[in-house]
Amino acid sequence: MEPALIIEWVIKSAILLLFGVTGFAYLTLYERRALARIQVRIGPNRAGPFGILQPVADGIKLIFNEELIPARADKLMFVLAPIITVLPALIIWAVIPWGGQVVIAGREINLYLADVNVGVLYLTAVAAIAVYGIVIAGWSSNNKYALLGGLRSSAQMVSYELALGLSFIGPIMLAGSMSLVDIVEAQKNVWFAGPQIIAFIIFLIAGLAEINRSPFDMPEAEQELTAGYHAEYSGMKFALFFMAEYIKMIAIAAIAATLFLGGYRLPFIELPAFLGPVVLLVKIIILLFGMIWVRATFPRFRYDRLMAFGWKILLPVALANVFLTAVILVLIG
Amino acid sequence: MTPELITFILLASIAVASGLGMLFSRNAVYSAIYLIINFITVAVFYLLLGGAFIAVSQVAVYAGAIMVLFLFVIMLLGAEKLGRSGDTLPWQRPLAIILGLGLVAETLYILFFQAGELVALKDLPEGFGSPSSVGSVLFQEYLLPFEVTSILLLVAMIGAIILTRQEKKNAGR
Repeated sequence: MEPALIIEWVIKSAILLLFGVTGFAYLTLYERRALARIQVRIGPNRAGPFGILQPVADGIKLIFNEELIPARADKLMFVLAPIITVLPALIIWAVIPWGGQVVIAGREINLYLADVNVGVLYLTAVAAIAVYGIVIAGWSSNNKYALLGGLRSSAQMVSYELALGLSFIGPIMLAGSMSLVDIVEAQKNVWFAGPQIIAFIIFLIAGLAEINRSPFDMPEAEQELTAGYHAEYSGMKFALFFMAEYIKMIAIAAIAATLFLGGYRLPFIELPAFLGPVVLLVKIIILLFGMIWVRATFPRFRYDRLMAFGWKILLPVALANVFLTAVILVLIG
Repeated sequence: MTPELITFILLASIAVASGLGMLFSRNAVYSAIYLIINFITVAVFYLLLGGAFIAVSQVAVYAGAIMVLFLFVIMLLGAEKLGRSGDTLPWQRPLAIILGLGLVAETLYILFFQAGELVALKDLPEGFGSPSSVGSVLFQEYLLPFEVTSILLLVAMIGAIILTRQEKKNAGR
């Protein structure tokens, strides 16, 4: 393997990780400002112009927080759990394409880390192992609220993963490929959100549930479970859970944009390749606003309703959508 | 030593260590976590052999869905600490030792006396292990076994649902 290729991969990975971490920091500010606007408040605006230094201030505050480990907690797992939670949120970015091919210093560089023929399956695999951090955190804290939060989240994520996986099948069938780059290229003129509107809606709902966002933030329902699985965490360990949740939000928005909204492409217009990441970023920001809007608007689901909705409504509809898409594809040819 | 061999030895030792850890851990949650590590290592083995599809399926199905349910049940029942006294099947241990030794003997026999028949795959055919090639083999050559397996799984699923319903009815009385 040539050394230049390895250096290229390292640089691209570093860019993705940096994007994830700064994206997390500024998403918290974006969310607080947007929520404040919706609730006719001003929001954090003291640190720097428009509050742009607020995430830095929050970070410094969290670093100097006292880190507590409960007396009878399982220490090893308690320390590992935040790391296990962050890892899937970061590695899921490996297959998401953020642009076409650009030429930098006479070298053709693809603006994605990996274009594998099992890309979509990789997304489901990473989503499947993303639950462990939360479950282990809940168990190792030796706290009944934390344990209940962990159990709830494992049940919720397993239930909604099925609908999430089935919603992927529509775009796969239309594009005839599991590679995310192929799926984006297949949406040259028509976004899959049009013909696959049912799959798109199912993906958005199941995606919110998968990352424990409101109105599916059952594992951390404050009124019932204090803070759920991270009740015993403080300082940087808590910050890691926070980080995982927000990076997952960005990742879900990026996946939604890639599978259903044309990814780094605009319909009918051939953009220069270096504008691809900008197009994708704009789509991500719009989708993120949708998530914040949902949080500001909807009350939390009751737990049994959440399960019933996932299994009795979302899953059958997703299955019917797969069946319908397959039949129409066969009829049209 | 080639890089492949180094990777293999490294992975194999992780796989064996996590397997042993799973067996000898006294805490069921740790056992489950060792098993997850083991499944992921096996998935990396599949990747080394060029089977990307089966590798990712291994992670999604075994390391993901199935082990989440295992962990869920262990935590829900609070059964993480293994008691030494609760050995309700006394004949199980000697039988397990005999069967295990039999398996080891069989493996050793194949390894030492029939190893010549194992041929290393040098050139993989075009599209080996890709989703489309796995799919076409599964739905053309092995359609009947595939359908039989699906019906078996469906029956098991319906059985599980009916069993839990029964329990609810009894509790209501």
